[in-house]
Amino acid sequence: MLLLTCPNCGVTAEESEFHQGGEAHLRRAGPGSPDDAFEGYLFTRRNPHGVHFERWRHVFGCGKWFHAARCTATLEVFGTYPAQTTEPPADIVAAIRAKRPDWEGFR
Amino acid sequence: MARKRYSVFAVAREALRGHTGWPRAWASPEPRARYEAIIIGAGGHGLATAYYLGKNFGITDVAVLEKGWLGGGNTGRNTTIIRSNYLQDPSAAIYEKARSLYETLSQELNYNIMFSPRGVIMLAQTEHEVRGYTRTAHANALQGVATEFIGPQRVKELCPIISLDGPRYPVLGGLWQSRAGTARHDAVAWGYARACSDMGMHIIQKCEVTGIRSEGGRVTGVTTTRGDIGCDKLGVVVAGHSGRLAEMAGFRLPIESIGLQALVSEPVKPCMDVVVMANTVHGYMSQSDKGEMVIGGGADGFNNYTQRGSFHNIEQTVRALVETFPMISRLKMLRQWGGVVDMTGDRSPIISKTPLEGCYINCGWGTGGFKAIPGSGWGMAELMARGHSPLTEAFGMERFREGRFIDESVAAGVAH
Repeated sequence: MLLLTCPNCGVTAEESEFHQGGEAHLRRAGPGSPDDAFEGYLFTRRNPHGVHFERWRHVFGCGKWFHAARCTATLEVFGTYPAQTTEPPADIVAAIRAKRPDWEGFR
Repeated sequence: MARKRYSVFAVAREALRGHTGWPRAWASPEPRARYEAIIIGAGGHGLATAYYLGKNFGITDVAVLEKGWLGGGNTGRNTTIIRSNYLQDPSAAIYEKARSLYETLSQELNYNIMFSPRGVIMLAQTEHEVRGYTRTAHANALQGVATEFIGPQRVKELCPIISLDGPRYPVLGGLWQSRAGTARHDAVAWGYARACSDMGMHIIQKCEVTGIRSEGGRVTGVTTTRGDIGCDKLGVVVAGHSGRLAEMAGFRLPIESIGLQALVSEPVKPCMDVVVMANTVHGYMSQSDKGEMVIGGGADGFNNYTQRGSFHNIEQTVRALVETFPMISRLKMLRQWGGVVDMTGDRSPIISKTPLEGCYINCGWGTGGFKAIPGSGWGMAELMARGHSPLTEAFGMERFREGRFIDESVAAGVAH
């Protein structure tokens, strides 16, 4: 059972109070983009064995979306942060680096 | 290694001499420097691919590489259900091919895989499901897959321990496939492995692939924990770890790996001789020959490579099944386990050529790969040997770019 802290309302709760919404920081393909771009946006995922950035929604709480950095191999949560960003903030990156020195970095 | 045929006479002979004369079912040779074809992954799908490469196409210069032990991934972790009542034509074709091969697989492999066509009921517990399964039954009729939509009384006759008027979701009927059923999952892997070994193929366990070598866009071999091995053709059949292998080969997949778990109860006397799947409430159950109730449910909601389960998913599954089968409420659960399943966007598998020439991939079976093993191996072998296969044509990975989905996510719900 994951324990997550919603950065919007500050509540820390078990994963059953939240709902995962897939990989975070995807870049949306706009009108006129080639098929490859749409395929990438809609279906292609990093699916890493290790550090994963993902979207979560606090469904049985404030209802708002946020992002989490989590390890898919150990289920360790490195931290959560508001969704209004295009890349993970410095403190989250530092928290990951502290625990995963050989992490190849975001993108 | 000459295969010793299993028969009633062999059993009698060995019984008389204390079972000391059984040879190992498959050899464990040292890897050679080069093979015509390498299959990564000695699970059911990988071994079946190797087997049909040899049997149907005479390609026996094959190595099957396995990072762990044979059949130790999802092949040994599933709930052994075999059925082919899918909605879309390409799915029905490959799953029905697999189901029909299962019918005679024990005889063909000379290995008892304990295929038991006891029948599968998929319960319809909402009006939506009644409509959906009626449609599937019609589709199956056109596809030549024998299924029928049955009413609640027939469900009760087939499975007397079911509660028809559950508190939340009454049983309104079900999709019944009488020649669906179960098989011994380990035996499927072991039977294929024994047959492959007998054809002279190398099954190499504890040999993890750490890199894929290529030259000018064409695969030339793999780097492993037991040295470099060359090949002309490479088949990647590694389920949950497909994404990592694809990365080594230099392409990406429309796949996410998530956790799925199952559990079994203590053994009880025979009480249920069909498989029942209840997709609305996320639970399915059958009784093994040992008497354990084999239970599966919904998958985790997030990316997960841990091969562990989670208690709240067990609770949800068991809660659903207790409503459906009230008599199991006091059963003790014996053990629980998890596997990593590879989910695609349309919940259909990928059996495909890849951007790397000579490298083929078979993955994305998600929560329902066991039932497809013989058909998947049959099609994958044809694809690797000939470059195309009617069985796998629709399952190419380019379908996500072209928008040609084989959408089973709506048709199949969760339990798959």
